[in-house]
Amino acid sequence: MSSSETATDTDAATAEAPLRDEGREATLAQVTEVFGDAIVGSHIRPGDDLWIRVVRDSWVDVHEFASRRLGCTYFSFLSGLDWLPSPFGRDMDSQEDIITQGTEAKELPPMTTGYAGGDTRFQVFSRLNSTSEAFGITFKTDLPDDDLSVRTLVPVFLGAAWHEREAREMFGFTFVGHPYPVNLYLPGAFEGHPLRKDFPLLSRRVKPWPGIVDVEPMPGDDSADGDGDAE
Amino acid sequence: MGLIDSGKMPQPLTTLLNTARKYSLRCYQWGLACCAIEMGAAFVSPRYDIMRLGVIPFPASPRQADLVIVSGTLTDKMAPALRRLYEQMPDPKYVISMGSCANCGGPYWDSYSVTKGVDQIIPVDVYIPGCPPRPEALLEGIVLLQERILNEDPVDRWKGDPIVVV
Amino acid sequence: MTATVPDNQQLAYVAAKAADARVNVEFESEGMTLNIGPQHPATHGTLRIVAKLDGEQVVSCEPIPGYMHRGYEKLTEVRTYPQVTTLVNRLDWVGSFANEVPFILAAEKLMDVEAPPRAQHIRTILFEMSRLANIVLFLGDLGAQMGGVTAVFYGFRDREFVLNQIEAVTGGRFHPNFDRIGGIKDDLPKGWIAETKVAMDKVLAFCDQIEDLLIGNEIFQMRARGVGVIPADIALSYGLSGANLRASGVDWDTRRDNCAPGLVYDKVDWKVITHPDGDSFARCWVRLQEVRESAKICQQLLDTIPAGPIMAKVPRIIKVPEGEAYVETENPLGVMGYYVVSKGELTPFRVKIRTPSFNNISVVPWVAKGVYVPDVITILASLYFILGDIDK
Repeated sequence: MSSSETATDTDAATAEAPLRDEGREATLAQVTEVFGDAIVGSHIRPGDDLWIRVVRDSWVDVHEFASRRLGCTYFSFLSGLDWLPSPFGRDMDSQEDIITQGTEAKELPPMTTGYAGGDTRFQVFSRLNSTSEAFGITFKTDLPDDDLSVRTLVPVFLGAAWHEREAREMFGFTFVGHPYPVNLYLPGAFEGHPLRKDFPLLSRRVKPWPGIVDVEPMPGDDSADGDGDAE
Repeated sequence: MGLIDSGKMPQPLTTLLNTARKYSLRCYQWGLACCAIEMGAAFVSPRYDIMRLGVIPFPASPRQADLVIVSGTLTDKMAPALRRLYEQMPDPKYVISMGSCANCGGPYWDSYSVTKGVDQIIPVDVYIPGCPPRPEALLEGIVLLQERILNEDPVDRWKGDPIVVV
Repeated sequence: MTATVPDNQQLAYVAAKAADARVNVEFESEGMTLNIGPQHPATHGTLRIVAKLDGEQVVSCEPIPGYMHRGYEKLTEVRTYPQVTTLVNRLDWVGSFANEVPFILAAEKLMDVEAPPRAQHIRTILFEMSRLANIVLFLGDLGAQMGGVTAVFYGFRDREFVLNQIEAVTGGRFHPNFDRIGGIKDDLPKGWIAETKVAMDKVLAFCDQIEDLLIGNEIFQMRARGVGVIPADIALSYGLSGANLRASGVDWDTRRDNCAPGLVYDKVDWKVITHPDGDSFARCWVRLQEVRESAKICQQLLDTIPAGPIMAKVPRIIKVPEGEAYVETENPLGVMGYYVVSKGELTPFRVKIRTPSFNNISVVPWVAKGVYVPDVITILASLYFILGDIDK
């Protein structure tokens, strides 16, 4: 899903005016003007939020631009995304996790990425806010599978240090130039990167979740209609 | 004492000693997570005053404590500290595990970094279920522990045999 | 009103510090590494702080979190949306209702569901009450950190009034697990509104008491004024939030500026409080005033609860459509946000939890350089964190 303009309604009979977010579109235009091809994807949810995906080499530069020119001096967070569909998920009608049924029981869906697109399994994303104008931007960048590294944001935002330490230990990314890349949460002897989708939760492998999907009646819902009302 | 070495203590003396011990428990609170707030409410708030049971909070160090209340989630990173704390306490010592995280891992039973229950690290005398247990539940747990102490035989504890309470 | 520290007293304090610095230089000694925690009465939980000292001054100070890391972001991937609500209560475990709200709002945004007005109103009231419960505890604990233990008893006693009311509605003193996608779980019991107004009056009385006892106390002011000054640009670049940011002079409050749809702050008359100094006293003072504002907001909201249903029509088994959403709200500790990535399944695909205390504590190495050891405790107390919030 990578579109840089809002979708327009083609049905003229029932068309309302499509929501447009001029403020965010202007911001996006400003960024695209300076960075050009380095912006490889973007998405605007009108009235709500702006996503911009950049090339890995421009990661630090676009943050510096946002901090200096767009007024986004507030560093909210930085983390990673792993788009691999989890082999350890749980299907709606099943009582057990997928992998306990055997791999032939269900085909894993193809890997899809989210707003502003993506070409790789791993992405780093960060969020900046502007306190004076009350808006925020989410930046994303792809990390190639054979080289999970990106330059550190610490020269631009001091607060990125802890977030990058956490992303490093949870996903296995490398932040080039980070002053103190040591585990933040996990004990020193911990092996593996927990937030990767192929990291199993061992307690669930040993004993699958015994309960079925919760079908308690909703508050105010006296008559118990048939189960499985999807809409 | 010669009486303990000989293996037999007269019952009135046992009862007297046990009663004295059960009403003067010095409690070290190992408050880790949310249950620590309920434990704090039980200790500090005038509504659920714990000192009326004879439990005296805030000893100066674990070496001066009889009872430790472990409340909250124990993670693998923290577990060695708990073991060290337990070993520092002098005998006779009691452990109360408060809350479902301390009992069995609780809502985080499938987490990669949580110890599934404090009893994997130290022996526990009383388990208090709840998430978090109300301060009244903690008070009931202490009353249960006091009943248990009353019915103990100090000779068994001295000899190091496993304690069996009828 | 609060007493101010006269200028010559401040000068004397600064001169004493300078004199100590000279002593350190003359008396050459090796530095010492001081380990505070992980189990320590001064830290709000299991935070370990390793401080390298030169005499009494801190040369470098490094907090080591992770002793309460429970793996939330991984666990949310295997929990259904209502189950995540249960789990997420336990992040900021003192003001728990507030943790559920941004997650529910993010899911509602993706599902394009709006809670009915009565539910939004009650949600906002409970949100503010969780702020009261949280900060009242903070004000009580503040005394304990500085050595004035009396305040703890006041804090816990007055917190019970607020918890009573939360329990009357939700059934749980904390960890209410009351918010649902599309509304809230139950309606208000009879007589609740009148009782809660009484509780708000008690909270306002508590604020006056604490101001006399603690914030206006000369000893407290000597210990807190000028200690741990965080300038506004550092605060912004570290991502501090809540009262910490407003005490450094930055006028940003998520409730007023980018309020998520689903909370009704625009219907209430209230003000945002800032303080220009940025020191520990400013942070504590801002929080005290925020409690007062919060109680007043509650009183206004209690008068104007609309009638109506408390739950919108949502399917029984909740499957949130594909998409990403980020919602942040002004929680008691700061700005808490949930970045929810959904693939249309029963469970979220990824939830990134932006917790306020994580950023708040990441500033400690910067701010604790060159302060004395007791001042480190003062700084930590004024930054106010909850371990579950740092460690997720």
